[in-house]
Amino acid sequence: MMAWINTLLQGVMLGGLYALFAAGLSLMFGIMRLVNLAHGDFIVLSAFVVLVLMSALGLDPFLATLLAAPALYGLGYALQHYLLNQTIGRDILPPLLVTFGLSIIIQNGLLEVFSADSQRLKAGAIETSSISLGGGIALGTIQLLTLVSAIGVILALNLILYRTELGRAFRATSDDPEIAQLMGIDNRHIFSLATAIAMVVIAVSALYLGMRANFDPTIGPARLLYAFEAVIIGGLGSLWGTLAGGIIIGVAQAVGAKIDPEWQILAGHLAFLAVLVLRPRGLFPRAGQ
Amino acid sequence: MALLETHGLTAFYGDFQALYGIDLRLEEGETLAIIGANGAGKSTFLKTVVGLLAAAPESVTFCGRPIGGLAAPEIVRLGISLVPEGRRLFPSLSVEENLTIGAYGRRDGAYWSLERIYELFPALDARRYAPSHTLSGGEQQMAAIGRALMANPRVLLCDEVSLGLAPIVIRNIYAALPRIKASGASIIVVEQDIVQALQVANRVYCFQEGRMSLEGRPEELSRDQIHAAYFGA
Repeated sequence: MMAWINTLLQGVMLGGLYALFAAGLSLMFGIMRLVNLAHGDFIVLSAFVVLVLMSALGLDPFLATLLAAPALYGLGYALQHYLLNQTIGRDILPPLLVTFGLSIIIQNGLLEVFSADSQRLKAGAIETSSISLGGGIALGTIQLLTLVSAIGVILALNLILYRTELGRAFRATSDDPEIAQLMGIDNRHIFSLATAIAMVVIAVSALYLGMRANFDPTIGPARLLYAFEAVIIGGLGSLWGTLAGGIIIGVAQAVGAKIDPEWQILAGHLAFLAVLVLRPRGLFPRAGQ
Repeated sequence: MALLETHGLTAFYGDFQALYGIDLRLEEGETLAIIGANGAGKSTFLKTVVGLLAAAPESVTFCGRPIGGLAAPEIVRLGISLVPEGRRLFPSLSVEENLTIGAYGRRDGAYWSLERIYELFPALDARRYAPSHTLSGGEQQMAAIGRALMANPRVLLCDEVSLGLAPIVIRNIYAALPRIKASGASIIVVEQDIVQALQVANRVYCFQEGRMSLEGRPEELSRDQIHAAYFGA
């Protein structure tokens, strides 16, 4: 019994990581209807940026991420402003092709610079520390922090979306880009800010990706897949749904692994397919549309 | 100098030409009506003036300044607001948020505030926190007009505000026009309802297949003239 409760808790915390992966994707899709196929690769790229800052300045991963975040914010703005805005229009194919190309460029660029060696963001003692809940159940500190950060990130994004003038502009542009312009909203600027914010979320994802496990330049696309599944399970456009989606995949994987370690990945995908069959629009589709 | 003028304004949707040289003049304090059959280019004209469709710089002037081809957000900042055909409120925003976002690109010297909009359209006051898609058609139209007013326009363009509404609702909406004029806005209404248009307008323009077919004061125009200009002789 205790072992199953433990499995469940580990799954929920793993789900926090998937929700972090998915939050940035969900934000960009929600506002621009832009599917960023390079999302996973941007997470890996960000992890390398954090790694470089750590080794160059001798920082711990948290401080390095704090330092990397503004730079990635700027990168996100520039990426949208100079490249992705040119691809957005009635046709959804151009952004898919361009971000697919970016995915390949980032992977190969990282391979060229950092080689295929596995890397890790070493966090010191916190890596092995845990909080005991009694009954033989212990939560890893980093695992718990991942979930808390995911909730924090989604809370923050919801505050931006529903409590600020910028958030109102985000939602209006997402509803009707043509009319949004008539309000004096410069769509392209709004889109660039959305990607910039998504890049900060990506930086947070990269921090936990790198602290929890090894990474190398090629693992991006698999993270994209989990992120995608979490977004779809949750229902497009709902950030809390995205958190729920991440947790469902995390729990499914943990339960699958408990039954047979080979089933871990498969169980996550099966949970995704089950939700698609039962609730094709996801668990929390956006109302009013 | 007129407040807003167009000179030989043309507009295209891809290869299709929708406007063939429109010359129109709106004086400060005036209310103009543009009438014409479906597909005459009335909505296209408004969309071109607000910058949603491309135009040559000199073909639209605002206070004598060429504004043709400016981006839509810049034009709303100069003081030209559009109430779009079909209202097009933002469905994921509440009524009050729809009004508030209208002030995103507002001019200085603000006359319109949320309170004044609710005074103008008391029906909206009770629904301020409702999702905009739950409003009735008339309330939606009021919200769409309020949203455009929140930018404090000097020129308010209204595209088919009576479309699909009951006569009593239409009267309510048109009853707001004097207050809107008193706030310092000049108005262009596009209407299929000719009677309504002739009642409110100082001058009327009739469009036919992308060209201006008639211009004049309502009292100077005969039924036959309007009929010919509307349907083609």
